[in-house]
Amino acid sequence: MRITRRTALAASAATATAATLAACGGDESSGGGGGGGSIELTVATFNEFGYEDLFAKYEEENPGVTITHKKAATADDARSNLMTGLAAGSGLADVEGVEVGWWAELQQYSDVFEDLASPDVEGRWLDWKTEAATVDGKLMGYGTDVGPEAIAYRADLFEQAGLPTDRTEVAELLTGDWTAYFEAGRQFTEATGIPWFDGAGGTYNGMVQQLANPYEGSDGTPVPLADNADVKAIYDHLAEYADISAGLTQWSEDWVAAFQNDGFATMLCPPWMMGPIEGNADGVEGWDIADVFPGGGGNWGGSYLVVPSQGANVEEAKKLAAWLTAPEQQIAAFQAVGAFPSQLEALEAEEVTGQVNEFFNSAPVGEIFSERATSIETQPFVGPNFFVINTVVADAITRWDNEGADPAGSWEQALTAYDELGLE
Amino acid sequence: MTLTAPPGSESSTRLPAPGPGRTRPAWRRALSRLDVRFTPYLFISPFFLLFMLVGLFPILFTAWVSLHDWDLIRGQGDFVGLENYQFVLGTDSFYKALRNTFSIFLLSSVPQVIAAILIAYVLDANLRAKTFWRMGVLVPYIVAPVAVSLIFAKLFADESGLINNLLMGVGLPAVGWHSDALASHAAIASMVNFRWTGYNALIFLAAMQAVPREIYEASIIDGAGRMRRFWSVTVPMLRPTIIFVVITSTIGGLQIFDEPRMFDTGGMGGASRQWMTMTMYLYELGWGPQVSFGRASAVAWLLFLIIVVIGILNFFITRRIASGGGPSAGRR
Repeated sequence: MRITRRTALAASAATATAATLAACGGDESSGGGGGGGSIELTVATFNEFGYEDLFAKYEEENPGVTITHKKAATADDARSNLMTGLAAGSGLADVEGVEVGWWAELQQYSDVFEDLASPDVEGRWLDWKTEAATVDGKLMGYGTDVGPEAIAYRADLFEQAGLPTDRTEVAELLTGDWTAYFEAGRQFTEATGIPWFDGAGGTYNGMVQQLANPYEGSDGTPVPLADNADVKAIYDHLAEYADISAGLTQWSEDWVAAFQNDGFATMLCPPWMMGPIEGNADGVEGWDIADVFPGGGGNWGGSYLVVPSQGANVEEAKKLAAWLTAPEQQIAAFQAVGAFPSQLEALEAEEVTGQVNEFFNSAPVGEIFSERATSIETQPFVGPNFFVINTVVADAITRWDNEGADPAGSWEQALTAYDELGLE
Repeated sequence: MTLTAPPGSESSTRLPAPGPGRTRPAWRRALSRLDVRFTPYLFISPFFLLFMLVGLFPILFTAWVSLHDWDLIRGQGDFVGLENYQFVLGTDSFYKALRNTFSIFLLSSVPQVIAAILIAYVLDANLRAKTFWRMGVLVPYIVAPVAVSLIFAKLFADESGLINNLLMGVGLPAVGWHSDALASHAAIASMVNFRWTGYNALIFLAAMQAVPREIYEASIIDGAGRMRRFWSVTVPMLRPTIIFVVITSTIGGLQIFDEPRMFDTGGMGGASRQWMTMTMYLYELGWGPQVSFGRASAVAWLLFLIIVVIGILNFFITRRIASGGGPSAGRR
């Protein structure tokens, strides 16, 4: 579970983590105003969706509608609020934000959410974003943002190793499959003695998200881990290159500290990771982003808006959710907080593609990530058992990557842990 | 010392006596006898009513849930008998959690009680600015556990942490705080000790000050030295307090959650569940991807039974000490 975005954002701000203590009551109401409208809608979000100004705009355009914003400090809080509300059958907001990390478990309960399919929104999103939100032909959620992955690298360290430093040349160097990426890394590590990537766990996440059915058949039946050749192949592939891994668990203290002392040269980077990198590597010069991702495209993170059926104004709530996830609004949210849009039209918009990030050597990140988003062809099938099994494998990797255990023995341990899950 | 006063034995005598009763009719006498007999129970009933509502009912309901296939969101499913217990007892994780919980409990409680007594002994001496020192030991207690965990996470980081840097600075090998099970237990126990030692020291201090000074004087006249006085007077006189502190820290220690959960960013207790405690296992089953309240309830009940067993053990040890120890004989 440590590889989801919610942990990411929670960990990036220590204060946010501390706030989990005071959690439950961490709601904050904004919007509202004294309209005295006849329809009251509540929207529950977490972290930063960038909707604050949009609510005021919607209220202005729709007299009689009052919006209350319930904002949880972390995605974990939002998840427990949502689960508790579902369990109780009441108490949820009219529109709920859902992080892709807990999307899978919600799919089991698709009958307590409204079907959001409508001709108005057809073709609005990237195909894979919509596909992942469709359960038995029912559109459960409207996509907000996505996390297309690129490669962030240290140009200064590349130079030290005699590798190209320009981002287009680096993209060429790393184009191809994962072996190409790892081999370039071996060359780099031999030259400098510095590890190539931050940790096998984070890299595994990028690799496994490229499988169509990582752990489960499309009907949701889990593939026994002992028979899962695809996952075992990735596992062995990573173990083969354990020597070029810095062996750091993402979001750990050591990982954060490694940014300050040349701990590694590259890492997989979705748009929302730029913030943590910039924050952790404060004062370090040389970071850049290349428009490339081994083995094709890959996605990490992103959210949806859903409408729980228990609400009093589901029709109005649907209207609001559709409006919020329209390209114009998502462009505004992108400008406000940097949430990378999942809407085709927004991905081509000047406001998005024109974005440049000074910290990453003024890389045209808007253009790079738009390109990365459209090059993703498939989303992995994430069923209800995805995260349990993924945790089992991630733990196995941590054991050798971080703790120096034997990969083969660790895999055996993972098989035992898998059996313990008691999945049918 | 009030803690060990025999509960309730004197309460009836404190109630207003029925009065002289010269010419009272029989029914009034019966009424006042009823009054004497039942009013005390009436007075303490609010606690028990409240306890039934928020304590007993959940305990029994948890037992009911543990016998069912119970999903966090879907709610009650089929009756499955003891299947959940069978499942939980059949997992390695349960025994790991049990091992970790006891290991962390022992590593925290034992040094904590010893350190607390020593600190209290020092505080009991004739110090300048007494209140300052006494309040000082309580300061760590007011820091929230999550905040403590954040600070200790920095100290115990495997590569960049202060403690490993110090160890390597003096030529010792670095300790794998997040990979070795025992090392992780020691690290977590140190957080618990940081918070609770001062608190317990104050409890011991209060008990020490209640020790009659005459006993010390008598022992000085008998020629007892400082060490002898500590071992033969102070510690025996503290026995009931030690038992109280041990019982409370047992209950707290077996339910430990915050510190191990915050020990790394995953919050699952490590890649091999090196520091997953019983309550973390319970949480993982109930609120993790399995969303199985049935299994989580089974763990809750097993934990409850373990605490009850240890409570009974404590009770017998207490009785032995109470009957064999000096202080209780002195009180009579």
